[in-house]
Amino acid sequence: MKRVYLDNAATTRLIPEVLNEMLPYMTDIYGNPSSPHYFGQQSAMAVDRARQQVASAINADPSEIIFMSGGSEADNTAIRGIAERYSKKGKHIITTAVEHHAVLHTCQLLEKQGYEVTYLPVDEYGMVTAEQVRDAMRDDTILVTIMFANNEVGTIMPIAEIGKLCRERKVFFHTDAVQAVGHLPIDVQAMNIDMLSMSAHKFHGPKGIGALYVRKGIIVPALIVGGAQERNRRAGTENVPGIVGMGKAIELACSDLEAKANKMMVLRDKLIREIPLRIPEVKLNGHPTSRLPNNVNYSIKYIEGESILLMLDLNGIAASSGSACTSGSLDPSHVLLAMGLTHEVAHGSVRMTLCDDTTEEDIDYVLEVLPKVAAKLRDMSPLYHA
Amino acid sequence: MYTEKVLDHFQNPRNQGEIENYNGMGMVGNAKCGDIMQMFIRVNDEGIIEDVGFKTFGCGAAIATSSMATEMIKGKSIDDALKLSNEAVVEALEGLPPVKIHCSVLAEEAVKAAVDDYHKRMEEKSDNK
Repeated sequence: MKRVYLDNAATTRLIPEVLNEMLPYMTDIYGNPSSPHYFGQQSAMAVDRARQQVASAINADPSEIIFMSGGSEADNTAIRGIAERYSKKGKHIITTAVEHHAVLHTCQLLEKQGYEVTYLPVDEYGMVTAEQVRDAMRDDTILVTIMFANNEVGTIMPIAEIGKLCRERKVFFHTDAVQAVGHLPIDVQAMNIDMLSMSAHKFHGPKGIGALYVRKGIIVPALIVGGAQERNRRAGTENVPGIVGMGKAIELACSDLEAKANKMMVLRDKLIREIPLRIPEVKLNGHPTSRLPNNVNYSIKYIEGESILLMLDLNGIAASSGSACTSGSLDPSHVLLAMGLTHEVAHGSVRMTLCDDTTEEDIDYVLEVLPKVAAKLRDMSPLYHA
Repeated sequence: MYTEKVLDHFQNPRNQGEIENYNGMGMVGNAKCGDIMQMFIRVNDEGIIEDVGFKTFGCGAAIATSSMATEMIKGKSIDDALKLSNEAVVEALEGLPPVKIHCSVLAEEAVKAAVDDYHKRMEEKSDNK
């Protein structure tokens, strides 16, 4: 059976070039980077090299990169760290209603500890504005945390504008850029970003490794303590093969970022254009233009997302959905609900996320299969009256 | 996550769609929760369910449990149909993931709603005589 993987926002394929870079660090070069001997120093040099690669991808200084287990840990570290360290200055945090749960649940945890959190609403495209952030700012605001691009609907937030505002107001600005790194050009200096979370497996790197960028001068206490690794900012023996893989993956992703993005956008736009021509009564979720180059998200009215995914999967197509049945709760995606979708329409969402390996043949196959799936499920649906 | 039996009923649903001349119809669930099941039955004078059909908006498990429930009550008396339990539907499907058990409950409720509707229609009919 033909197989088409369109769930690259969930995770991506580790590319062989990255794996080859990692392999020696699992067998031959196994020293602990903290050890002063030859074995250790070989590993330490590899970690330094990777730190350089990650830093230059976002125009940061290597000393500003802290390696950790991934995006969730980076979000937790940044938000809880700032809250703890700067609580004397204030206890107010600004975020949005459409953040990843790694941010939202961390904020909810802080609310229980006496912090106040403003969850900015979004427009129908899942977008917030810098004006909204400005209006929500108070004297006791210590942190603004807003995602670079939304993982479900692909909407790209006005990060540079928000960064500028936060810098002017002297409020720390963290962005969860897990979906953006390796896909969009990022310059933490030009964009006035103070902290940024990233995860290697979203850009063809290995799972279990990520990083938090923290601008010089900002103190983020360690979430994991028990060792002096990462200059006391994250304890635990470094995941050397992972770090090496992340460095190589980010270098490759950013080397011809624009060409890859353009290639994906052509295919993304073909899907966005053709789906409504082949399936009546669908709704594009997310911003029409300010959108990740690899994200397509449609609600197919009158049918439910998990059954769409299941039937796509039986035809070899891997996608994802914001339906409750795939989230493990009774409510559909908080992102889609925040954008004003009804529960019914939110349940029928399908997300397809491309990568630079996706071919036009793959897209044509989806355009052949998806209308059949929609028709079959609508035929079964008590909500649909043709 | 799903058994082969569930996938079979999902891909090849039995008794799908509205049936002709039905005399009992039940609809349970709601779009907000992501599951709606509609069950149609045609009961003959002997109280036997001659034909049954379903329409479902929902996940794979919701579709499979609807399909299985229709198979289990077809040709049975309405009294037997009322005895259909969600556990029996789950068992016939060779299991469901824990988070999907509510789908089987919905299937049981849909059958009961259809039989209730049938009884109501019969009462109205006799009242009109």
